[in-house]
Amino acid sequence: MKKKLYVVAEVDEIPPGGRKIVEIERRSIGVFNINGEYFALRNACPHAGGPLCRGLLTGFLRSSEPGQYTYLRRGEFLRCPWHQWEFDIRTGQSWLDPDKTRVRTYQTRVEPGQALLENEVELMGSGLTKGPYVAETYPVHIDGRYVVLEL
Amino acid sequence: MNGAPAPPIRPIDCDVHNAVPSIEVLYPYLEDHWRDYLVERGVTSLEPNYYPRGLPISCLPGARPSSGGPPGSDLDLLREQVLGGVRYAILNCLYSIQSIHNEDWAAAMATALNQWQVEHWLDLDDRLRASIVVPVRSPGRAAEEIERWGDHPGFVQVLLLARSSTPYGKRHHWPIYAAAVRHRLPVGIHAGGVTENPILPVGWPSHYVEDYAGAAQVFQTQLVSLVCEGVFGKFPELRVVLTESGVTWLPALLWRLDKNWKGLRSEVPWVDRPPSEIVREHVRLTVQPFDGPRTAEGVRRVMDHLGSDELLLFSSDYPHWHARDPYESCLRHLSAESQRRVLRENSLATYRLGPETGPDGDGEHG
Amino acid sequence: MVEGVAERAPERTRRRTTIIDCDVHNSVPSDAALRPYLPARWRRYLDLVGHKGYHSLERGYAYPKISPGGGARVDAWPPSGGVPGSDLDFMREQLLDNYGIEIAVLNCLYRAGEQLNDEYADALATAINDWQVEEWTGRDSRLRASMVVPYEAGDLAAKEIERLAGTPGFVQVLVLPRTREPLGRRRYWPLYEAAEHYGIPVGIHFAGLTGNPITSSGWPSYYLEDHTVMAQAFQSQVISLIFEGVFERFPRLRVALVEGGFAWMVPLLWRLDDLYERLHEEVPHLRRRPSEYVREHMRMTTQPMEEPERPHHLLDLIEQLGPEMLMFSTDYPHWDFDDPNRAFQVRLPEEVKSKVFHENARGFYGF
Ligand code: FES
Repeated sequence: MKKKLYVVAEVDEIPPGGRKIVEIERRSIGVFNINGEYFALRNACPHAGGPLCRGLLTGFLRSSEPGQYTYLRRGEFLRCPWHQWEFDIRTGQSWLDPDKTRVRTYQTRVEPGQALLENEVELMGSGLTKGPYVAETYPVHIDGRYVVLEL
Repeated sequence: MNGAPAPPIRPIDCDVHNAVPSIEVLYPYLEDHWRDYLVERGVTSLEPNYYPRGLPISCLPGARPSSGGPPGSDLDLLREQVLGGVRYAILNCLYSIQSIHNEDWAAAMATALNQWQVEHWLDLDDRLRASIVVPVRSPGRAAEEIERWGDHPGFVQVLLLARSSTPYGKRHHWPIYAAAVRHRLPVGIHAGGVTENPILPVGWPSHYVEDYAGAAQVFQTQLVSLVCEGVFGKFPELRVVLTESGVTWLPALLWRLDKNWKGLRSEVPWVDRPPSEIVREHVRLTVQPFDGPRTAEGVRRVMDHLGSDELLLFSSDYPHWHARDPYESCLRHLSAESQRRVLRENSLATYRLGPETGPDGDGEHG
Repeated sequence: MVEGVAERAPERTRRRTTIIDCDVHNSVPSDAALRPYLPARWRRYLDLVGHKGYHSLERGYAYPKISPGGGARVDAWPPSGGVPGSDLDFMREQLLDNYGIEIAVLNCLYRAGEQLNDEYADALATAINDWQVEEWTGRDSRLRASMVVPYEAGDLAAKEIERLAGTPGFVQVLVLPRTREPLGRRRYWPLYEAAEHYGIPVGIHFAGLTGNPITSSGWPSYYLEDHTVMAQAFQSQVISLIFEGVFERFPRLRVALVEGGFAWMVPLLWRLDDLYERLHEEVPHLRRRPSEYVREHMRMTTQPMEEPERPHHLLDLIEQLGPEMLMFSTDYPHWDFDDPNRAFQVRLPEEVKSKVFHENARGFYGF
């Protein structure tokens, strides 16, 4: 199936550490900005369906032995708002069971408005169908910069 | 072992109670000032009250020595009633030196008690093994006591009692585990203990039966503490044997602990794998009392939920008298292979019992 | 067009099974909300002293929960700004309407019963109950409430039960499992007597703090422990209620164990029955085996759901316990919430499902 591109936000809408939850094709998806990089995850926890992307952003705490704390990648782990399972935003993997318990992630990228408006051909040339990014409901300005998500 | 077919192999009985017939037997092992301390202050017994004299649970019919001492105080009777049928019996002496608040006195009594165990038990029958009694309120002194006896071949376990003033996972207890591991001794946690805290986490009950029933909760909370405090990560060699703890509560506890750990583990980041996995690797439970269902299918399910027949160690809890003996409540429902594990292989893997001779390891007593 | 690029709650679900939710928490938004319901004497006390129980902290917990708001779901903070569980409209949207819940039993955990001053506890309880009628049960016909009572003072609790017995909407007397003494002891009997008299079950709900450590080996270090071993407080209360003979003295008394888990009950009953066989002479006031009292007098709510390593063990467990023992609950808005559609990780047989999701609760509470 061909992938589609969706414009989900202007870059400024999601500052570093920020997030936006959008609905695309009846899927709820959370888009996060981690130090200028954008990541998108399905807003449904693999454990019991909790709205994962509304959870706390935190770091990952590890330990070599009791009383020793190593705090890693602050702000890059998402804790489910329900039962608090931890997920790596970059990969969607749960800490508990990285191989089997993971949340669906989506490719994102930032595109200038000009490219979105003018370079459809090029986008489609890279295997993408024409998405809804030119819709009037989400006006794309030629001088804007947009977070785009592949679905 | 009433009423059950004789087992094909000689089991290792991991919970037998030897009792101090009277406090005077410890005098020879105490320094004069402690001996006089006992006499001058009228200390006539440190016998615990875990098993009220008149209650049937406290004594198997026929297990009270004719000498008049407490059940478990007579080696000949023990030979007759237990040792004839087992390869080894591991003694857990419950004489309550743990109740003593005076650190020096407790340490002196522990040493005396252990010396007495060597001379009056271990030296007299080579089927006997014993547990080192320690002054648990001062973990440093407890560790010293373990060092004192740790190389004696007769001692195969460090004995702690389930009720403690603070949870056993807490770091101030760790010297005990370090010493135990140094001597390849598992730590046995047996029912009983100190009474700073009510036996029920909701206060003191009226009846003995509540007290005894509540003991299972004490084991549960100690296990949670040991896991959450990371004791088994810190001491990867450590084995803990829960003795007279009941068995069947374990799956429910592990389900709950695993589930909570999945969400709350960042509070205890050193617990880096599911608690159930840690417990299966490090913890064993003795089978008496089993506290199981009455049907074969029920017991099969319990074993299935436990996830392994390697967790259980045979025990009689002699001279205590439970509603059912371990053959009736558990063993008869297990496969021959599981029986063999429970009766002896698991214990051989847990305790420092020395090389075995024949296929059944019956050796000179076979 | 840009399809649905708009904020919206995650997908809603419709289910056909009728749901009675036996554990939902309505929160008192602040002390101020109770002032109108408190007499002047206790308003003054609130100003002078305020709450004083066993906590050593002015607010918060010695074992901080995993999330603020009393351990709330992070997504349960109402847009109106209050604490989770304080906004009925939001509760409708997020819980009652979202899952099509027919009836929800509210357990207000505002700490009245834990106050050291019994009279103040009593006044707070009365205020909370009046507030519950005004703000909750009077405003949505799906809601039922538990009576908050000063349970440590059995006589005062009995009076509050009596006062509310005729008030529509109250279906249960709320007690917390961490009590000053085991719940079977006689100080609590007046409460049971009143509950029995008016035919109202007693619900023992997860929470509470007294001077008794949660383990009989003292205070643990972590919330993970405190949270996990609450199940042992529940077990202790079962032991006490049975062996003190509460169900012999109050043969029509019924007790719901709420949010205590349920897997532990099966092995506990094996243990108690064995012990009873050996030790029944000590408790001649009992006439039946412990398990019989439990099956006749007690019910348990399902949340927090048991999640065995191998999911099918849950079916074993439900069969061993008996599906008539369980009543579904979500524990909304707390973090360990169970979603009705996802709580059971195995497929339940239809008749078990209807028992657990509504029939048992209907029978127990008389809906
Ligand atoms: S639903 Fe996310 S952790 Fe349970």
